[in-house]
Amino acid sequence: MVRRRFSFGLVSRLSSPIYGRSPCSGGIWTPCLGQKRSFMTAKDLVESEEPEKKVTNRINMFSAINQALHTVLDSDPKSYVFGEDVGFGGVFRCTTALRDKFGRHRVFNTPLCEQAIVGFGIGLASMGNRAIAEIQFADYIFPALDQIVNEAAKYRYRSGNLFNCGGLTVRAPYGAVGHGGHYHSQSPEAFFCHVPGIKVVIPRSPSQAKGLLLASIRDPNPVVFFEPKWLYRLAVEEVPVDDYTLPLSSAEVMRKGSDITLVGWGAQLAIMEEACDEVSKLGISCELIDLRTLIPWDKELVEDSVNKTGRLLAPVTGGFGAEIAASITNSCFLRLQAPVSRVCGLDTPFPLVFEPFYMPTKNKIVDAIKASVNF
Amino acid sequence: MMVPKPASSWARLITTGLLRRPSHPFHASRSTIAPVRFPSSPSCGPFASVLRERQFCSSSSSGDESEDHLDEFLDFPGAKVGFINKIKFTAERPQEPVPCFRVLDDHGRLIKDAYMPEVDKPLAIRMYQNMVTLQVMDTLFFEAQRQGRFSFYLTTFGEEAINIASAAALNNDDMVYAQYREPGVLMWRGFTLKEFANQCFSNVADYGKGRQMPVHYGSAKLNYPTVSSPIGTQLPHAVGAAYAFKMDQKPLCTTTFFGEGASSEGDFHGAMNFAAVLEVPVLFICRNNGFAISTPASEQFKSDGVVAKGHAYGMRSIRVDGNDTLAMYATVKAARKMAVEESRPILIEALTYRVGHHSTSDDSGKYRKGDEMQHWKTMRDPVLRFRRWLEGEGWWDTDAEQKLRSDARNEVISALQSAGSQMKQPLTNLFTDVYDTIPRNLIQQEKELRSTVGRHHEDYPSDVPLY
Repeated sequence: MVRRRFSFGLVSRLSSPIYGRSPCSGGIWTPCLGQKRSFMTAKDLVESEEPEKKVTNRINMFSAINQALHTVLDSDPKSYVFGEDVGFGGVFRCTTALRDKFGRHRVFNTPLCEQAIVGFGIGLASMGNRAIAEIQFADYIFPALDQIVNEAAKYRYRSGNLFNCGGLTVRAPYGAVGHGGHYHSQSPEAFFCHVPGIKVVIPRSPSQAKGLLLASIRDPNPVVFFEPKWLYRLAVEEVPVDDYTLPLSSAEVMRKGSDITLVGWGAQLAIMEEACDEVSKLGISCELIDLRTLIPWDKELVEDSVNKTGRLLAPVTGGFGAEIAASITNSCFLRLQAPVSRVCGLDTPFPLVFEPFYMPTKNKIVDAIKASVNF
Repeated sequence: MMVPKPASSWARLITTGLLRRPSHPFHASRSTIAPVRFPSSPSCGPFASVLRERQFCSSSSSGDESEDHLDEFLDFPGAKVGFINKIKFTAERPQEPVPCFRVLDDHGRLIKDAYMPEVDKPLAIRMYQNMVTLQVMDTLFFEAQRQGRFSFYLTTFGEEAINIASAAALNNDDMVYAQYREPGVLMWRGFTLKEFANQCFSNVADYGKGRQMPVHYGSAKLNYPTVSSPIGTQLPHAVGAAYAFKMDQKPLCTTTFFGEGASSEGDFHGAMNFAAVLEVPVLFICRNNGFAISTPASEQFKSDGVVAKGHAYGMRSIRVDGNDTLAMYATVKAARKMAVEESRPILIEALTYRVGHHSTSDDSGKYRKGDEMQHWKTMRDPVLRFRRWLEGEGWWDTDAEQKLRSDARNEVISALQSAGSQMKQPLTNLFTDVYDTIPRNLIQQEKELRSTVGRHHEDYPSDVPLY
């Protein structure tokens, strides 16, 4: 049995204050008004100008996702949720009770064929519907790669904007889970980050998941939404009960710092926060950024941060960290005090019994932070 | 006393009416399979001990239990079937290939007792005019590519009947998901020669904004999503769109065209299966033209063509002579009616021959005989065959033919000249429509590109305007 080395009591500290409700109507997403970029964590409280009393529930991530899907199906009669096993609630319970409430024609099982799930979703979306396709594990998304890359991503561009499949959202649980091995642990987001025309979004917590998923579904572009399966049950926080969205392509500074910038996404942020706590005892002040949307990514925010700190630790899983590293090295070269470093999984298939050695754990991140600071 | 075998216990339960044999081997969308009823006594039912079963069965048996095991059935969730006590394999192909529906013989004469669709003179002439115009457009556009006026072209020679007759049988609001050898559908619906030419030239009037190779047409007003090059990817799109029509309760269907080569793709399998399971109004029209570039159909599948595959998915299918305009029209009309009224998919395999090369990048003389191509081009031309029928009806003659071909030729040449003389799409459209709004990274890239182009304009094509 793999010993869990990560404390998820921390996760509740990832809560951000609630963003303003997005004026989403008629399925057209517009940026939230009165949006404040928040730096709030338990360590770095900022007084809120107008303390808003929001009704929240203490729920986990799959429940938050379930709420988001509930909200969409309720508010938009032309929205559909489909995929393998979604009817009974899904293997991770994200689609619980949806079929009972909205019926078999709006929430339905598909046959076992990922390329057809996404292809079907593209067709449905191109007719002006919200097609929310579930891929059971991100490890199984590859048969759908052709439809995502060659069709969904190019649908608007190749048609000269005569057609689009912006209503398509592809959801998939991704990432390490402690015992998943090769085919239940992969983080394939990097494959999608080089595909112009789609967006890739990854939430770090239940409240982020609900807001980002609602934004992704309503965004007029096809979105691939990866949900960190490790956090489905383990991450619990206060999640607003109402309908709200969080902005896409907008990174969030989770804690301010001055010595080094850390960029991450998804479940890895909880580990990175632990590392930040540990090095703060040594007097190293870390600025921790959640990218949230991987493409198109909020380059300006990361550049501003690195220009302030002079150091960058880009994570997280192999692949997209390279893009961030190259981009920031290019734009902040003279400001950098140390080479940009990355702490990722190893260049092997995701192993089972060796998972604790494979993972970019807290001690590896701490070592990397120290190395950068002492360069 | 011998413990009865479970199989016979089930049989007794059926014959005593306590276990109902479902009337349909498979209920697709009906809410439940016929419920299995058990008597209320706890001594009977699947969890009863064998002893109790034996007691119940012997006490209730009334002498009409059947010992013939062939009446029994196996109640698996995956299939409810009778069973057989000998090894018997289903043949790889039926005894006879599925016959091919045709109305006209090769000389354009009505076949005796053939089913004749309702086609009046205006419809017939309109279909013929479109077939000829398509042929003329293909001839001249192919030539234009050979002259270097645009980079690529592919023709629909030999498949004019499939294109036009199908389009004529559909409703203009039916969505059509094409592969690339179906411009005739667009033409029927009103896409002009100029619009075709604009796309091929990537000029400023191209609806696709110059982004794709020639023949990748699309039209929102004509309900024809823009064509993409990958084979078969449009099939599941058609299924999703058909689901949308069904949910919106529109009396419409979607149609998707593909070659026999595409039937080997995974998207074909996925789309066919989804269409059948989800019960959507979609027509799968396969143009079995004998070749996927150089690969003959004999190297594409071992089944009885594509029509045989419909049965495997639980889908009605039909094989039709794709070079017979009337048969194609009748088939698509009948299929559409079923699809819309019964919300079901239909597979149509239209047998035909690809008279032209795969495209301007292909020389099919390398893999097939010249006399074979010549034979199909002259003796089996669907356009000529339909013309013969029109002439037989007294609806067409040589003068009309001459005028039509001459007018079509002039219009095509005029369209080519007009489209070819226009400027290309502006550079701005390199960056737009990747997303609904232009993202910051592309704003930056455009800025950098324009700076480079400004300093080295001689290295860039002069017919692409900067704005």
